[in-house]
Amino acid sequence: AAGMFLRLLSDIQWRAAHPKWRRMTSSQRSTSTTAEPHPVSLPAQAQVVICGGGIMGTSVAYHLSKMGWKDVVLLEQGRLAAGTTRFCAGIVSTARPVSIDLKMAHYSNKLYLQLEQETGVPTGYMKTGSISLAQTQDRLISLKRIASSLNVMGIPCEIISPKKVVQLHPLINIHDLVGAMYVPEDALVSSANVSLALATAASRNGVQIHERTSVSHVTVQKGRVTGVETDRGRIQCEYFVNCAGQWAYELGHSGEEPVHIPLHACEHFYLLTHPLEKPLSSSLPTVFDPDGRIYIRNWQGGILSGGFEKNPKPLFTEGRNQLEIQNLQEDWDHFGPLLSALLRRMPGLETLQIMQLVNCPESFTPDMRCIMGESPTARGYFVLAGMNSAGISYGGGAGKYLAEWMVNGYPSENVWPLDLKRFGTLQSSRTFLRHRVMEVMPLMCDLKVPRWDFQTGRQLRTSPLYDRLDAQGARWMEKHGFERVKYFVPPGKDLLDLDHSKTFYKPDWFDIVGSEVKCCKEAVCVIDMSSFTKFEISSTGDQALESLQYLFSNDLDVPVGHVVHTGMLNEKGGYENDCSIARLSKRSFFMISPTDQQVHCWAWLKKRLPDDSNLIMEDVTWKYTALNLIGPRAVDVLSELSYAPMTAEHFPSLFCKEMSVGYANGIRVMSITHTGEPGFVLYIPIEYALHVYNEVMNMGQKYGIRNAGYYALRSLRIEKFFAFWGQDLDAFTTPMECGREFQVKLEKGMQFLGQEALLEQKQNGVYKRFTMFILEDHDTDMDLWPWWGEPIFRNGRYVGKTTSSAYSYTLERHVCLGFVHHFDEKTGEELVVTTDFINQGEYEIDIAGQRFQAKAKLYPFSSLFTQRRRKDEVELSGYQRE
Amino acid sequence: FYLTPPQVNSILKANEYSFKVPEFDGKNVSSVLGFDSNQLPANAPIEDRRSAATCLQTRGMLLGVFDGHAGCACAQAVSERLFYYIAVSLLPHETLLEIENAVENGRALLPILQWHKHPNDYFSKEASKLYFNSLRTYWQELIDLNSGETTDVREALINAFKRLDNDISLEAQVGDPNSFLNYLVLRVAFSGATACVAHVDGVDLHIANTGDSRAMLGVQEEDGSWSAVNLSYDHNAQNEHEVERVKMEHPKSEEKSLVKQDRLLGLLMPFRAFGDVKFKWSIELQKRVIESGPDQLNDNEYTKFIPPNYYTPPYLTAEPEVIHHKLRPQDKFLVLATDGLWETMHRQDVARIVGEYLTGVHHQQPIAVGGYKVTLGQMHGLLTERRARISSVFEDQNAATHLIRHAVGNNEFGTVDHERLSKMLSLPEELARMYRDDITIIVVQFNSHVIGAY
Repeated sequence: AAGMFLRLLSDIQWRAAHPKWRRMTSSQRSTSTTAEPHPVSLPAQAQVVICGGGIMGTSVAYHLSKMGWKDVVLLEQGRLAAGTTRFCAGIVSTARPVSIDLKMAHYSNKLYLQLEQETGVPTGYMKTGSISLAQTQDRLISLKRIASSLNVMGIPCEIISPKKVVQLHPLINIHDLVGAMYVPEDALVSSANVSLALATAASRNGVQIHERTSVSHVTVQKGRVTGVETDRGRIQCEYFVNCAGQWAYELGHSGEEPVHIPLHACEHFYLLTHPLEKPLSSSLPTVFDPDGRIYIRNWQGGILSGGFEKNPKPLFTEGRNQLEIQNLQEDWDHFGPLLSALLRRMPGLETLQIMQLVNCPESFTPDMRCIMGESPTARGYFVLAGMNSAGISYGGGAGKYLAEWMVNGYPSENVWPLDLKRFGTLQSSRTFLRHRVMEVMPLMCDLKVPRWDFQTGRQLRTSPLYDRLDAQGARWMEKHGFERVKYFVPPGKDLLDLDHSKTFYKPDWFDIVGSEVKCCKEAVCVIDMSSFTKFEISSTGDQALESLQYLFSNDLDVPVGHVVHTGMLNEKGGYENDCSIARLSKRSFFMISPTDQQVHCWAWLKKRLPDDSNLIMEDVTWKYTALNLIGPRAVDVLSELSYAPMTAEHFPSLFCKEMSVGYANGIRVMSITHTGEPGFVLYIPIEYALHVYNEVMNMGQKYGIRNAGYYALRSLRIEKFFAFWGQDLDAFTTPMECGREFQVKLEKGMQFLGQEALLEQKQNGVYKRFTMFILEDHDTDMDLWPWWGEPIFRNGRYVGKTTSSAYSYTLERHVCLGFVHHFDEKTGEELVVTTDFINQGEYEIDIAGQRFQAKAKLYPFSSLFTQRRRKDEVELSGYQRE
Repeated sequence: FYLTPPQVNSILKANEYSFKVPEFDGKNVSSVLGFDSNQLPANAPIEDRRSAATCLQTRGMLLGVFDGHAGCACAQAVSERLFYYIAVSLLPHETLLEIENAVENGRALLPILQWHKHPNDYFSKEASKLYFNSLRTYWQELIDLNSGETTDVREALINAFKRLDNDISLEAQVGDPNSFLNYLVLRVAFSGATACVAHVDGVDLHIANTGDSRAMLGVQEEDGSWSAVNLSYDHNAQNEHEVERVKMEHPKSEEKSLVKQDRLLGLLMPFRAFGDVKFKWSIELQKRVIESGPDQLNDNEYTKFIPPNYYTPPYLTAEPEVIHHKLRPQDKFLVLATDGLWETMHRQDVARIVGEYLTGVHHQQPIAVGGYKVTLGQMHGLLTERRARISSVFEDQNAATHLIRHAVGNNEFGTVDHERLSKMLSLPEELARMYRDDITIIVVQFNSHVIGAY
């Protein structure tokens, strides 16, 4: 039957690819597989060239053509839908913890549902539903969290008992289960046929499809894509889309200007069996057993079962070689543990006869999220790849978002978590990718608790103080390759080892971070914040100021030495970046952005700054070590070290000055702390880092100085209602929506990006509002902790989701930050959110299905501030993401 | 009371040793990949010895196992000395001259052997001078005898064996002014040892055997299965040719008394051995040496005891039987082992266990379902079994250890039984010898690529 299946497939492939297939008779069709391979020559030019005829390439072609871009050429080196797409398991599952992933899968499901009707190509779509099993209470919690977010999206989903599991799927052994999640609308498709259906529709809309055509490289001139070189000649084009799947990395590196697409293939195995004696119903739900690391779906009366083993086998590290997908070996010994898990889950299958063990490589990315978007270096070079074995689930949605991105300049949803620009060259080392994907693949099934972190590919970028801090008990997390301190374990204090500290409840570092926070409030702490992205922008004349005034919403024409918090907004007024800019001189600026902005912000500014050799932008991230001195005694430490008065009269808030600290000169001191607490950030040329750190620690001793980490920082900033870009703020959030109108100078005397949109919002009001929630009846010791992504309910109705949360040691309560929308009760239409709307509601936060009462606030507790300051001096910005 | 698996392992691995032939430019040009060796005592102290060395002035590698009896002195001496005698026998005339000149002029000596020793394999410092002088006398004679012919390995092996045994005998007759050394040479001569030595040079494998240790070649057949080829004959009562030889060397009148209860003169199991002067010297010589010897020797009943029916000595020889074998690509390994192993295991099982161990460590034949009808349950059983096999193999990093584990721990089904293994290893010293003998094993692994290229 498998052979039959594949033969059928190749027949359809050919028809879809052949431009005249609709006119062919069926008798011709059956003999046509031997027809000449290249019936049509390549066009000399096209608007868009897509490389890759798998689910991604065909989905992009489909959506582009639907949106009116019809001058599109799709090139496939072999046959359509012949790579991972042909071999993959064809499961459409919406149960995704990441919101954007969930949206993509939801859209894909809706698309595939009607695809057969639309195109006439049978897709094998079958709504079976899916059951995700939990063998432990912690797993059940993670399923409940997913269920909460599915429900508020309107996707039917319920948490069910083991007894109900058996009713849905009689083969399942439920003895070791504590519960499960049932998603009735999840589906199965024949993935190759879905891809062929998309191709068929695209081709009807005018997209040209050429099989057996390999792209050798993409040509780029002056930072723009100009064409594609293939083994059958050149095509000039404005846009190129790399949908080459596991070959995307290599294709990205083949041109003169490399495009880094960090993904790596791993072998992936699944089993096909002959039908059961009484063949399984094709509507039987798909089963996910993450604790057993396996999935099981019905397949032609038998089953298809694969999984994500603990010891994956990466391949193609050295690039493509003679080992082609078709020739990969079955490896039963490797599959053994998964087979054990399968028989444990369905003992009745013992006597079922094996048909085949399929080895189907899948590509994985360094952070388990797919890669989408435009290259930061080559305009018009788009990428869609790295699906982490969920290509079918994401295919429709991902293709749609990318097509929107190309046609409209940005997709209709915030796709920053998937943006290619979240990575830089630093994630594209082959060794790094090989090691990281070996961790990522098992993680597909591992339980992910708040603040889990990758363990491989670490210690890549470090502060010069790394060893010093490590020796003092620092525990580390990683951001954009940079090691950052979470907290310091005091000597003699033992924390639980890694496995045991994984919890959805109160973590073991609770008291440690508490004492760091206390020290920030009462004395002074040092946090190494060197990972921040730092740019210097300068010019010979006024070009720097003029350009930045256009690109940033706040007024940068301030006296030298002032620091300005400002958004870098897009046309719609949304935050592309949120940064602090210090005016170093009339003509030069020092810009500090979040760590993961290094690639995105650079590309954004490069694209928009005038092409002027007298205007210079430099990435100086690596040149400075940043020490954040937080706390009321920071003033004393610094003035003793510099013999300069540091009090508010001499060194007001939001001020920047180069001065000496200890023996070291030229330290950029800024009176900001990114927390709302008093203090300073010191930007230290790296050769002075150790000296300054030692001086600060020695001098600070008498003021009770101690090291602190980012967890303390997070607690401080969240209780002060500081929004962080990447966590709370994104390209779809405007300053008006998060109470930062004061950082926008609509009347600064010149046009700036996003101004119109903001003016309109100012007149018409906002449709969501950033709000702070204090959990009222939440027991810190006993209840599940909030993380982010928890649904917010107002008067019992869903109004939005949280974006970050932390325990406030000052309030002794949990604080969640999130956005409140106003959906019309009948139509669901979004309405303007007013202050009254926020203030007059009764709120609840849903943590894994349990609702906690919450008090909503639009302004931080002023009583938390020991010193009163002028409102516009109050620092309301920050960058770090958890 | 049982030993835990880690305790069992620590006993089994205490004496294990591995040697890999170094590679040049990533290529191993030797026909030997390396060897694993190990020994498990039953006697206290153990009476077995082992040696391994690379010849530095000629090509080839020497490996040997030595099974001592009536103490370990003779086996110890042979394990230290025999390879030097073999190496010297193989040396060309010019090299012998060079060495002699160096000794004469007090210059540094060319190194002859590179030893591959476990830390427990010791050399006696006290006797080194004595041993060296005997060796020097040997090569001086070789220089004088210069035949101009190239040295034949078979001949060299036989000469070396005989010469060393002769020196052992002479040293005991002459004695030594140093009382410690005097007692030592007597103990060496009055105890005995068998020897099974392999010399490998390219595809030429020579086995020189004296006594009842055994050399066995592991051959992989075309279908992947393993078979054993004997490369030595046991010199004991089970070997008809050997019995015949002994009878030929003595008058017809002694025919009945020569072999009794499967022993030489009713006493000795091996029919050839080093030392054992009680079976070589005349009664007069024995009495004279014992009387003039130290008191310890006189107090020993065994040494004073003259074998019955002792009319026409010598009854025993150290002359080895030499077998030459041209290595073929299917010859994957060689096992040298003392009779402690062969008493408990059939050579066919030894070939299989070592063969599967050596190949299993590197690659287990992958399973392919192909067109067969296999159920999930059957496949699961098969995989579980394969995993169990791998894990028991992975417990041992040494083929010799793996073999000892089987030799001591095998149950009736041919699989290692931990309970049995634990019992056998926890026997008190005085009981151990009743259930098992000392076991010494060397497993030499051949380089089929190099052998195939010859």
